[in-house]
Order: sequence, then structure tokens, then C-alpha cells
Amino acid sequence: MSVWRQLKHGLRVLTDRRASDQAITSEAEDFIERTTGEFIDRGLSPEEARRAARLECGSAFSIRDEVRGHGWENAVEALIADLRYASRRLWAAPGFTALTVFTLALGIGATTAIFSAVKPILIEPLPYPKASRIVTIWGTRQDGGRNEVAFGTVNEISQKTRSFVSHAAIREWQPTMTSEGEPERFQGQRVSAGYFQTLGVSPAIGQDFRKEDDLGNSPHVALLSDALWHRRFGGAAAVIGSSVTLDGQPYTVIGVLPARFENVTSPDAEIWAPLQYDMSQGGRVWGHHLRLVARLRDGVRIDQASGELNALWPVFLKEHPKDLFNDGLAVLSLQDALTSGVRPALNVIMVSVLLVLLIACVNVTHLLLARSSRRRGEFAVRTALGAGRARMIRQLLTESLVLAALGGVLGILFAEAGVRTLVALSPPALPRAGSIAIDGSVLAFSVVVTMLVGFAFGLFPAFQAGRQLQAGLTQHSRSVAGDHRRIRSALVVAEVSFAFVLLVSAGLLLRSMERLIEISPGLHTANLLTMQVQTSGQRFRDATVNNAFFDHVLEAARQVPGVISAAFTSQLPVSGDSDAYGVSLESNPDQKDVEIRPAFRYAVSPSYFQTTGIPLLRGRMLDEKDRAGGPLVAVVSDSLARHRFRGAEAIGKRVRIGPINGPQYTIVGIVGDIKQLSLLDAEPDAIYTTPTQWRFPDNVMTLVVSAQGDAARLSPALRRTIWSVDKDQPIVRVATMDQLLARSMAERRFVMILVTAFATVALLLAAAGVYGVLSGGVAERIREIGVRSALGATSGSILGLVLWKGVTLTLLGTVIGIIAAAAGTRALTTLLFGVSHLDLVTYAGMCLLLLAVSAAACWVPAWRASRVDPVITLRSE
Amino acid sequence: MDSPNTDLIQGTLDMLILKALSLGAMHGFGVARRIEQVSRGVFKVNPGSLLTAFQRLERAGLIDSEWDDTDNSRRAKFYKLTRSGRKQLEVETTDWMRRASAVARLLKDEG
Repeated sequence: MSVWRQLKHGLRVLTDRRASDQAITSEAEDFIERTTGEFIDRGLSPEEARRAARLECGSAFSIRDEVRGHGWENAVEALIADLRYASRRLWAAPGFTALTVFTLALGIGATTAIFSAVKPILIEPLPYPKASRIVTIWGTRQDGGRNEVAFGTVNEISQKTRSFVSHAAIREWQPTMTSEGEPERFQGQRVSAGYFQTLGVSPAIGQDFRKEDDLGNSPHVALLSDALWHRRFGGAAAVIGSSVTLDGQPYTVIGVLPARFENVTSPDAEIWAPLQYDMSQGGRVWGHHLRLVARLRDGVRIDQASGELNALWPVFLKEHPKDLFNDGLAVLSLQDALTSGVRPALNVIMVSVLLVLLIACVNVTHLLLARSSRRRGEFAVRTALGAGRARMIRQLLTESLVLAALGGVLGILFAEAGVRTLVALSPPALPRAGSIAIDGSVLAFSVVVTMLVGFAFGLFPAFQAGRQLQAGLTQHSRSVAGDHRRIRSALVVAEVSFAFVLLVSAGLLLRSMERLIEISPGLHTANLLTMQVQTSGQRFRDATVNNAFFDHVLEAARQVPGVISAAFTSQLPVSGDSDAYGVSLESNPDQKDVEIRPAFRYAVSPSYFQTTGIPLLRGRMLDEKDRAGGPLVAVVSDSLARHRFRGAEAIGKRVRIGPINGPQYTIVGIVGDIKQLSLLDAEPDAIYTTPTQWRFPDNVMTLVVSAQGDAARLSPALRRTIWSVDKDQPIVRVATMDQLLARSMAERRFVMILVTAFATVALLLAAAGVYGVLSGGVAERIREIGVRSALGATSGSILGLVLWKGVTLTLLGTVIGIIAAAAGTRALTTLLFGVSHLDLVTYAGMCLLLLAVSAAACWVPAWRASRVDPVITLRSE
Repeated sequence: MDSPNTDLIQGTLDMLILKALSLGAMHGFGVARRIEQVSRGVFKVNPGSLLTAFQRLERAGLIDSEWDDTDNSRRAKFYKLTRSGRKQLEVETTDWMRRASAVARLLKDEG
């Protein structure tokens, strides 16, 4: 009520100041007239009465001024006046304003962009109800690695544990939908019926999977993503209950997930179907190929769940065959499991961007200090006219805030562009990249940063200015300026040392990248084109049909002009494929304890080694005679031969791949190691068989073609060729081997590009700082320089004097920077490869770069100082 | 007219204005004179403080104002108490009396 009245009155005054002034004045005049009348009544003449009244009451104007000073609207008016004045002052110094705003915008923009990118990954909970209760369960290996789990384990967990309310196993699934047009392959997932319930999501239309849907012989049902529903089915509700053909089999669509649903376990998945495991079938039940998510029961902690699982582990082991190579189980929060891979990289990026923001702030403080020292005259005059110190500090703060606000607005624009660039650059492994966007809270973050920066750099010069006022009117006082210069020099030193840390980080990352590129993946990548071909449909369950199709395709592909050789492989190096089996030796048949260790398993056409250039070290390659029905043979990698046979000859030995009761393969050859997972991969154990000698048909194979000249050129012709064999088979993931290699380095490259960009910005800002402090110094000392040159100093010696000043500042900053970098780059170690975080070459190189750039920045003011004409300077004093 | 102590005790002006207005609507000059007369010249109200106090009270919703013609056909701004102003006056009066009598007792004892 009272607040409302206050507001109403204040607003009335604000909107019509003249009317309200008029009202007060006439009321005051009325008061004075009545006082005058009273005096006349007492017998004074009108003239005397008026004077007496004036004496007693004061003038109507002074009364008005007293009355109008009250009320909140006056504070607003003062603020508006301050803002108007600040804008005028800033407009009058366009160079200063532009530089400050730009520097701030750079800092704020970069910080906001990075914060936008990092927030959904590291800070926000996953987009599910009570997301912190969702965990993922992994198998742990003796060597500390993580494994996926087997369905047998999932089954055991669901029957014997109490820690989880619900859980679901997930398997990647790439079904092909066939209809009239070209076949389309979708990214999808086969999941336990409780998957969406575990995440806490239910379909927007239709219904969720039921428990019965997950049984081995149930009819096929599928759920669609909102995007797929709109893309392929026009968003019509009639889709529910309709039938689609996936891999040659009919599936009934039973529901569509909400548009907001984000599937973090596989961001590209668009279609889901139940796992439908049949426990009685055995076989794949014990393959380690399932991911497991679960929701913790209320009140159960992650470590308790983990404890329960591992206590039960020996019981699980009793229940199933011994071919598990998991050592135990680990429970991790889903969020941590998703982000742990990128966390170190993102932390480095966040720290780098904060350093840039810090440097930007230091630079702005710099600019403001230099400006306030140029404005001493103005402040002196304002003090003389009666401005209070608090009033003046307020004025300066307003100016800072205006700058910060401008910088903030421009910064948001920069951030907008930055976020777009980030998403474009982001490596495929970045989780939740789809939800990176500037949102309300990020905007708020940006504004808060702006405000903090505004106050931080606003207060400092304001107090400086406050202190100067005493000395202000004595224009020739140099002591204050000297004080300033010391502070500004310290700021430059700080700035240079921050920049050095960033430069060293960027340098180390660049050198790691260089080392990484030098690593050979183990095959000739040049002119290799790869594409994944999948056979889809019931008839390809038959190994003969399946293998015949791939044989035909291979035959046809070899006829394509430009193709030197072609081969199929069940998995492609450095492509993200990871298909490993336990390999058990039978070097010693009596030995009861069979040693099982995982190795990558490849089914390859005999021409694979020749096509990819993987060298044969000993023995023989696979050849066309190694077909179904013939003696089972395998080729192993050099590392497998050496690690597993410990110096003994591997050729001629027999091994099992997968089940311990499976058939034995005789090793006939040893080939060079390759990098399967990535260039950094330390697991080169590999075993190769021909597709026909493998125990089940691989429906997904990758065609590798070695071409004359540019391999990418061949892709349309090869596509046509494959479809000429069978038009219903989808072709995906077409890429040259070089592209795959580049992709496997994408995350490092991403970090490297960002840190290098930040380091460049930091270097430029630091150079601007050095330049600023030196040119300011020259301007303040122009008289001294004039005197020096009048007394016979050569222009060379003055040049040296100024240069030396700049170089000492840089050197000091560099020394501090070296110490900071040596300590700080430890955080980089996980991102470095083949180079120590104390790499001498990098440090030395960056020192030189920094010195060179700062010397260049010093040169202009130094040169200007050397050209000072003593006659002109001394005359102007 | 010059009295040795004409300054009002801090915060009492508002109460005195409310009291003056409790007898009926009045313009600013009237209020000033009334306070002077009733206090027998002990308190002298200067127009600046008075008009400021009017603004403050009006915004607090304790008084209302209206321009009106006066006896000698001049327009003046008339103030009158609102309901909450009347209530406020009661509260302040009681409060003041309590304090004043306490202070008076203390002073008497000392004397």
C-alpha cells in the first residue's frame, strides 16, 4: 500500500518534474505571501513585510530545492544524470571506449561460450527426474580397464540384488528400414523393458514397453524418437499400431517419446526395441556386449550398491561358464561415467578461458587507470566546484558499469558466435553436445561476470581518483603519476605471466599433437576408402547367403575403375569399432587353468592385409583356400604372439576364440600390430580369421578399398556397384582412412585449437598491456625525455631506455610465468602425449615468442620517445 | 519572535503536523502557525521542513491533499488526516506520553 503510494508519487514526479516543481513552488509562494500578510497586519509596510517574510522563510526556490531533494525518484534522477554524463565522457574518447569494450567483450564472450558448453556436461544434472540416482554398472578387469557386461550377469543382478529399483541392459542396434525408397539405416538401441522407467521417462503418445515384450518369442514392438516420428511418419498419431519393416521383419510401433527426451546413453538413437534375450539359448548370453543402467533404491548409496554387487560376485561366477574376463563389477553414477572421459579436457579449457578473462580484466583496469591519470585535471576542477568524494566515486563506478554493460552486450554476441563455433568444432566424443546453447542461466552468468568485472575494475581507479584529489589542483605534481605507473607495471607483469602459462599450455598441446601424428596406425592410410555395408533381413542369418553377398560385392568392387584392391573386415581400425573376444591358448593340454585374455577379433577377406598394407612378419597370410569346412586357421598380431607365447613360436599353436568349448584355430601367420581403438591405444592384441571360418555370419562388414589417387572420388561408383548386387543393403560411414584418423584425434585437436586460440588472444592482450604502459609512461615523462635529449642523450640511448623498461617488465612476467606454468601444466598431463609438461623446447620457444612480441609492442612507444624534440616539449611547459 | 530553542526534536514534527490536522483540514501556513501558537512560540516551523514533511506523510498514506479556494479567494493546498493517519496519531501520542512522563519522572528525581 505504502510502497504503491511511494511508487505512484515518485513516478508522477519523474514523468513530470516541471509540474511537481511548480506545485511545490506555488505552495511555498502561498506560504510566503501569507507570512507577508501577517507582517502587514502587524503594521509593517508591504515592502518591509515582504522583506521580513523573505528573511524568515527564505525564497520560494530555496524551499523548492529543499523539498524536492527527498524521495527515491531523486536517486533515480541522479543515476540517470550519471549515466548520461558517463555516456558523454565515453563518447568523447571513442578509442579508449572501443578498446575497453572490445577487450571486455572478448573475455566475457569467451567465458560465456565455454560456460555454455561445459554446463550441460559437467554442471547440470542429466535431464531426468532424480538423475543423480541413475547409475551405470560396468565389469572391471584385472588391468584396471572397464568392460561391458554379459546378459548372464544382468540376469543375476536382477534376481539377486536389492540396491536397485529398476535396471536395464542396452545394446547398440542399427536396424535397416526397407520400404519403397532407398533403404535407411537408423541408429537405435535394444533395451530391457525397464529402460525408460529407469531413466524416468515415459512416451508422449502410445505406451512404454511391457515386461512381456522383453521375452524371447514376443511379437516385435518398437518405440520411436520424436524426430524420427516427424521425419518419416509426418508426426501423425496414426503411427501407433502401424507396422514397419526393420531388418526384414515386421515391428509394431507402440509409442513415441517426448520431443524433450534426450537419450544420453546414445545421443543419435532414434528407435528402440526390447532386447528379447532367450536365456535358454546360451551363446551370446555370455558375450560382454551390454551396457547396464540402473536406478538406485532410495537411501542406497553408490558405494553400498557397489559393495553388494561385489559381495555377490563369487555367487555370480558359480552360476555361469568360466569364460568371463571380468574381475568384478563397478557402480558409477551415469553422469560421471559419461563425462569422465572429457572432464580433464574441459577443465583445461575452463581454466584457460578464465585466464583470458583475467587478462582481459587486467587490461581494462589498465586502460581505466591510464585514463584516470589523464583526467586528474577534470577531477580537480570538479572538487573545486564542490563535488564530494563519494559522489565522484559513484560517477566513476557508473562509467565502469556502462563500459561493463556495453562489453556484456557485445560479449553475448561474441558468445553466440563462439557457441556455434564450439558445437561445429566439438569432437564426436563430447557428451550432450546437442544441448549446448546459450540459455537463460548462462546469460545470467554472463551478466554477473560483467557486473563483477565492472565493480572490480571500477572501484580501483575510483579510489585512486579519490586519493588524487588533494594533489589534484597542483598540475605539476608527478608523484601521483609515479604511484600509478608502479601499479600499472605490476599489472603488466601479471598479465605477461598469465599469457605465458597459456602459451606454454598451447605449445605443449601442439607438440603432443605433432607426436601423435607421427605415430603410425600400423597400416598405409593413404588412398584408402572405407564404407560400412550391412546385410539386413532374415535370409542373411544364413552364413552361406551372407558370405555370398559379401563375396559378390567384393568381386564387383574390384571391377570399379581406379580400385587397386578391395577387402572386407568385420571391424575397422581407429573407427570406434571395438569387438574383442577372450582368446584362450592350449599350449599345454594338461594344464587345467586356461589363460583367457581379450584380443580384437577380425573376420577379414584374405586380401585385407594387402589392401591395408599390414605387413606379414612370419608364416603366411589367410588365403582363398581358408574356407568353411577347411582346417580352421587364424593370423595373429605380433604383440599377441609375443605376449601370449612368451618367446615360444606361435605359428602352429592352437587357440580358441570366445567360448572355452569352441573350436580351435591354428595360427598360421603373424602380422604387424595396428591401432584399433585410437592412436594412443595400448592394446594391440589381435586375431584374424576369414569370414567363412567364423562361427556366425557378421552382418556388418566394412569395405576397404585401396585406390589410385584420391580415394574419396570412388565412393559414388562403389555405392552404385554395391546396390547393383542388392538394392536393399544400406551403406553408411563412408570415410577415407585419413579422415578416420583425424576423427580419432578430434578431441585433442578440439582442446588444442581452443587453448591455442586463447593463448593467441592472451598474447595480444598482454602485448597491448605492455604497449599501453610504455606509451603512457612516455606521454607522462615527455618533459623528462625532452630534458635528457637537450642535455645530449642520443635518440639511440632514449630508445634503449624505453625498450629496456618494456623488456624488464616482460622478463619479470616471464620468470613468474615459468614458475606458474611448471606448477599449473601438471593439470594437462592426461592430455599430453610423448612430451613432458616441463618440455624445455616448448618453454624456451614460448619465452622467445613472448619476448619478440613484447619487443615489437615496445618498439612504437620507444621510437616515439626517441623522436621527442626537446625544443617543442620544453617550450610547451 | 526569536526564541532560544526553536528546533524541533527529531521526529516530532510529523506527530505535531498530524495533531494539528486532527482538528480539520488546513493549509501549510495554517499548520505552521498552529504549531507555533499552541507551543507558545517554543517551536518554529520553517517552510522547507514543513513541506518536506507533508510529502513524506502523504506518501506514507497518513494525510491527503487537495487544492482549494481559501477565504480570500486564493488557491491553497489543503491537507487532511486519513484514517490511518488518525490511527498513527493515536499510537504516537500514547507512545510519546509514556516516554515524556518517564523522562519527566527521571528529571524530577535527579532534581
